Order: sequence, then C-alpha cells, then structure tokens
Amino acid sequence: KYLSTFIKTLYSTSMIFYSCVLYIICEVPLNETLAHLKTESETLKSKLEEERAKLHDVELHQVAEKVEGLGQFVMKTRRTLKGHGNKVLCMDWCKDKRRIVSSSQDGKVIVWDAFTTNKEHAVTMPCTWVMACAYAPSGCAVACGGLDNKCSVYPLSLDKNENLAAKKKSVAMHTNYLSACSFTNSDMQILTSSGDGTCALWDVESGQLLQSFHGHAADVLCLDLAPSETGNTFVSGGCDKKANVWDMRSGQCIQSFETHESDINSVRYYPSGDAFASGSDDATCRLYDLRADREVAIYSKDSIIFGVSSVDFSLSGRLLFGGYNDYTINVWDVLKGTRVSILFGHENRVSTLRVSPDGTAFCTGSWDHTLRIWA
Amino acid sequence: MTINTLAKGGCHREQMACFRKMEKVIVAMQDPDMGMKMRNQRLLITVIPHAMTGHDIIAWLTHKYRISEEESLHLGNMLVKYGYIYPLKEPRCLVLRPDESPYRFQVRPLSMSILPTFYNPAIYLAKKNIRKQGELMEYEKERYSLLHKRINHTWDFVVMQAREQLRASKQRRKADRIVLECQEQAYWLINRPPIKYECIEHIKGSSSCLCLQIEACRKALGRNRVKSSICLEGFLKYSEQYLNHDPIMQGCLPSNPWISDDTAHWTMNAEIVPVPTRLRVERWSFSFMELLNDAMGRREFMTYLEKEFSAENLYFWQACEDIRHGESSKIVEKVEDIYKNFLAPGAARWVNIDSKTMDKTLEGIKRPHRFVMDDAQMHIYFLMKKDSYPRYLKSDLYKNMLAKAIVPQETKKSVFPFMRRQRHSSPSPAQTATQAAEEEGLAKGAGANSAAGSHF
Repeated sequence: KYLSTFIKTLYSTSMIFYSCVLYIICEVPLNETLAHLKTESETLKSKLEEERAKLHDVELHQVAEKVEGLGQFVMKTRRTLKGHGNKVLCMDWCKDKRRIVSSSQDGKVIVWDAFTTNKEHAVTMPCTWVMACAYAPSGCAVACGGLDNKCSVYPLSLDKNENLAAKKKSVAMHTNYLSACSFTNSDMQILTSSGDGTCALWDVESGQLLQSFHGHAADVLCLDLAPSETGNTFVSGGCDKKANVWDMRSGQCIQSFETHESDINSVRYYPSGDAFASGSDDATCRLYDLRADREVAIYSKDSIIFGVSSVDFSLSGRLLFGGYNDYTINVWDVLKGTRVSILFGHENRVSTLRVSPDGTAFCTGSWDHTLRIWA
Repeated sequence: MTINTLAKGGCHREQMACFRKMEKVIVAMQDPDMGMKMRNQRLLITVIPHAMTGHDIIAWLTHKYRISEEESLHLGNMLVKYGYIYPLKEPRCLVLRPDESPYRFQVRPLSMSILPTFYNPAIYLAKKNIRKQGELMEYEKERYSLLHKRINHTWDFVVMQAREQLRASKQRRKADRIVLECQEQAYWLINRPPIKYECIEHIKGSSSCLCLQIEACRKALGRNRVKSSICLEGFLKYSEQYLNHDPIMQGCLPSNPWISDDTAHWTMNAEIVPVPTRLRVERWSFSFMELLNDAMGRREFMTYLEKEFSAENLYFWQACEDIRHGESSKIVEKVEDIYKNFLAPGAARWVNIDSKTMDKTLEGIKRPHRFVMDDAQMHIYFLMKKDSYPRYLKSDLYKNMLAKAIVPQETKKSVFPFMRRQRHSSPSPAQTATQAAEEEGLAKGAGANSAAGSHF
C-alpha cells in the first residue's frame, strides 16, 4: 500500500517536472515568435495610418461649413406596437414600406402591419434570444435565428390556421449564436454573422454554404449589404472593434477599419454605397469613407455615456439615427457632425433601429417590449 | 455587448466603457473649482453635510454639457440608477427629482463590486498614501505603481473614492475607526491579488490572428486611395441631390402616411401606376442604378431601347441578374438559355461583347457557376450606362414622361383635427404573390408560355 502511494507521488512529481521542463522549452521560442509578429503588426499598422493620413487634406465638418444648418426637428412616436412578452431584439422592414417583422427574447417572431398595428403572423422559435430577423425581398418569407446557432426561413402562409413552424426551413448552421442575418437581392440567398467570429453566405433552397468569411478575431455582431452597382460587397462589425468590408464572391476581406474603442454593435451603409456608419459600445458613431479608406467623422458628445446599439441613415443620408442603451435616440447631422435632436420615449434600452424603405419613418425596438414608429 | 456576457451577467467590456464615462462625469462634478457646490442639506430635522439638491445636479449638468433640462434629468437619472449618486429622501427609490431633495455621492458604487480585482486594493493603497503622505512600504509602493499603470484611465476616480472614504471614516467614533483600519490592513496583507499581464481586453494575440492582420495590412498599404476633399464633396452633393426626396427632411406629398393616416402617398408611388409622380421620374436621372431599380423606370428604358434596336442589352442584363440571385439548382439551365438566346452565333438577341470577354465567358460556360456571366454582364451594364442611358435622358420619351408626371397637392390639415382617419389595411405581399403564382399555374396548365417574369 505504501509502495503504491509512493509510486503515485513519484509519478505525479515527475509529471509536474516534465511538464515544467516542456513548458520552459516551448515557452521561450513561442514567446519570441509572438513578440516578433506583434511588433511587425504594429509597425505595419502605423505605416498604414501614415499612408491614409497623407491624402487627408480636409475634415468633413470643414467641407460642410457652406451647407445650411438644420432647423428644429420634431419627430414623435406615431405608432406603438405592443405584443411581445419580452425584450425586442431585432426588426426589419418589408419592401411594401409598412410591414415589419420583429423578434424577441422569449422566442417569438411577429409580423406586423405597422400602419394599422395589426399582428399578421406569429411564430414561436424553439430557442430564446432571437437576435436576428429579416424580411425577404418578395415579402413572402422571414428569416430568423439566435441562440439556436441557426438561421431558419419561414414562408408566410395566409391561412390563419396553418402553423408557420411546419414549413420552416433550416438554412444556416453556425457553431455559436446567430447575431445578424440579411437576404441578398432575392429570396434565394442569406448572409449571416455569428458569435463564432465568421460570416457566411447560404443558398436558401439547398441550405448549402456558398461562401464563408474569416477574419474577425471575436464575435461578429452586425452586417449590412452594399447598395452599389455591382452589389458584391458587404460590411461587418465585431467585438474585436473592427469593421471589415468583404467581397462576397471571393470571401476576401478587402478593407478593414479599427478606430472604435469597444464592440461595434451596428454597421450601415451610406445610401450612395461610398461610406458606412458604425455604432459602438464606446458611445460613438463613426463614418468611414471607402474611397479615402479612413474614418472621416465621429459623432459623440460628453453627455452621451451609453453605447449605441443600432444606427441607420435617412433617405438622403443627411441624418444619422442612433438607438442608445440609455433608452434614447440621438439624431445626428452627418455632414456637420452635430447632434440635431434627442428623442425620448422608450422605457428601456433601444436594441434595434431601421429607417423604412421609402424613408418616411423609422422603427425602433426596445427592451421595454415595444416597438415604436417615429415620423 | 455580446449574448455570452449578457447571459453570464459578469463584468464585461460594455459596462467598463460606460463606467469609465460616468466616472469622468462624477469626477468633474467633484472638482473643487468647477464642480458642484456641496452644502449642508436639511432632511426633516437633521442636517446632512456634504450634500446637493436634485435641482442643483440638473442645473450643473445643463450648464456643463450644454444640453436641455430634459436631457440633464435623463442623464442624472442614469447616474442615480447606477449608484454613483444616492438619494437621502426615500433611499429605495433610485430616481432623480428636479427639486430640493438631497443627494450624495456614493462611496462604494456598482463599478467596484463588478470590478473588485483592481479597484479595491487601489483605493486602499491610495487612502494609505494620502494618510501617510507617501510613506508606503516597499512592496506597497511597487503594487501602487503597478495598479496605477493598470487602471490609469480611472485613477482620478480611485483617488476621489479614497478621499470620500477617508472623509466618511473621520465621522466614525475613534474606537470604530481604529478597528476598521486594522481590519482593512489585515485583509489586504493576506489578499494580495496577482496582477496578470493578460487583461480582459488583450485576449487576441494568437500567431495565426497576427499573421492575418499583417497580411491584411500589407494588402491595404498597396491600395489606391482618393483624396479626402474629393470624397467628402461627394457626400455634400449626394445629400443635396436627394434632399427633396427625403421625407424626414422635407416632408412628402401629399402627406406622410404615418402622420396623417392617409395612404395616398403610397398609392401614388406604387410599383406600377398609370402616371408616376414628378419626384420619381426626376430620380431616374440621378443614376443608372436608380432607373433600373424602379420597375416603371426600367419599363420605360426598355421601350426606349426597343426604339433604338438595342433592347437585347437590357434583356441580357436581366437574365444575368436572375442567375446571380436565383436558385442554385437552376443555374445550369439558365446559363444554357443565355447562351442560346444571347451569345451563340446567330442568336435571336445577340449581344455585342468584346472578343476577350466573350472568349472568357464561353470558356466559363463549360463549367457553369453563379458568377460565370459576371464579366459579360458588367461589360453590357457599362455599355448601357455610358451610351444608352445619357441618350435616354435627353430623349423625348423621357422628357414627355417628366412633363406628364404629377405633383401631388399637399393635403390640407383636417378641419376636425381630433377625428382620426380610418387606417385601412393593405393586401399582404404574400397574398399577391400566391395569387400571381396561382394565375401563372393556370396559364401554364393551359399550355401558354409565361414570359421570363422574375420579380426584381
């Protein structure tokens, strides 16, 4: 008996010694390579900043001095949509300019006619925290997903008795939660972003993965498709504070911006497609120009302390709306960089904000269980 | 903010960013010169020292940040909600009242319970430093400087908290004070938390990640950039051009449906109308993409091209779009159709592509995939954009359209403003699609050949 315990202790101490030796042997060169790579990365980054700065001859607000200032802004809640039993996490507009789909923490996805405030369809997902939902361009289906790591498409049936869940189609599969999803120009393809650090493009019909996008070092929280002529790029933002622009065809990251100080919760293209805005936990929104390849504006104020959850532009791109975690909506003059208005109304944080397709109003969803239409 | 951290409820980056900013506000409020004027506040019969009124807080915030009173009230409420300031009247109700209610700065706010690892020992050492006027023990000095480096950004807050705690302790009885001091000293002697180099923010650092970053930087260094002045002018131009089309900026005619409950604006701007609105027709002239994205605009353009005998370009472009965005299973079939109709020698709608692109496309057709038509499609797109589109805008067809277009009358405000209009529902897109599919099914059943009508 003493022999066995003696052998055991001898074994364990030798294992510790062995692993220590191994640790010491491997640790040194690994650290050296890492340090070397780090310095190389840092030098290249500063070189890149130098290059970018060379062509930066003027600031946006300076160029905008000749533009007329905006007057008083009066926007009110025109509709309040009540019906969710828990925090509203995401919403999207239908192309018909009046219908919306919204998803919440309790697993419910509801399609509303926001104009009449009637609920038209409701689906209960098998998971909670449905963080992403999207309306199909045809208006005939919705996509949603969240903690189930999947993105599912539900065709919208007009038969009130039919259970929408019956026709559900599982399209995307990630290894962590789904943070955002969006249909591309048709009902046939979906773009998703996930907590597993990747984005992916899927074929709806077959569920096949068409392309995957790797490059973020942490959870990807948001994405937006470019409205450009060639329609081949999209931007994503993540917890690694980076906003990446991707080529959908090749899967390559073609541009990257890292100026935020915290997680990027929302990205949205400027209507012309030449720039995009981002909203982050560092309480700022920023505008990045794709041709100049740099950040060109920061929208922030000392009195704004809480993070931005969601951003969107008005139709002309002159206004930027931001939904904040302190329950408010701040309206920014994109060109002059000033805050035009602050809107109160929600009783908990604003989690999602989208302008309607024809720009007549915008919709916000909040943790106070409601959605509001503002105009 | 990610769901992982939300679900666990632990300390995370989002809260750190918020706390840092709130702490800045609190530090500013406590500034001896520019901060709040603290005085003795009366609570019933007791006099509370070193307190402030709700009214003063709001006035100070309004002045300092140049915001409205409503916003100051909101901001102040957040400070109370997160425990940086607490009410003396009704301490359970964490609300900022814009009146003479007394408030005080919290000595141990929420941030400290969430991030105890660094704050508490830092505050302890800072207190000792202040009391002993810099005479700390060797190991304490080391620890102090390490902590200072580690949480440098909130050091003001740490010092402020230390001062507050010292002030609060002065009001205790001597016996209690001595006991508490001894307790604290003993605690920190034993509980020396290790300071790891890896902090929550620097988790990335794996070599593969760095390699990717280096690769991306190298590529980025080689790209062409445009001068800022040119790019930024672009924003000005765009905003100006679309100003009249932005309902939130300029309103819309006859009225914004969400405000007036009248859907006339949507009816007038439906996908296909007998006469389009003037703004809509004007928009077709902003860019080629605007024209193609509008179903009516595209129809008009097609009519024009047919007159010019170059309609095959637009048909070709539409067919290519259909491949790019359509079902994967139909790609092969569609590519074949395109070849037969547009590319094969002697095809009915032969398109004029340069030989290099044609060769490349024909080669690619042998192994058809979603993007096989991309080059040819781009070529034809730019051909239309540079040639046919500008001529269309100068044509009589367009000018007549513009002249015919209606400018809706602005709806006069209702005589009875309290009467709410009835909000009518509209047919769901799903319904119209099902009906269309049914009709198409019937037509197909009858043997008729339905035109390539994909929804754009």
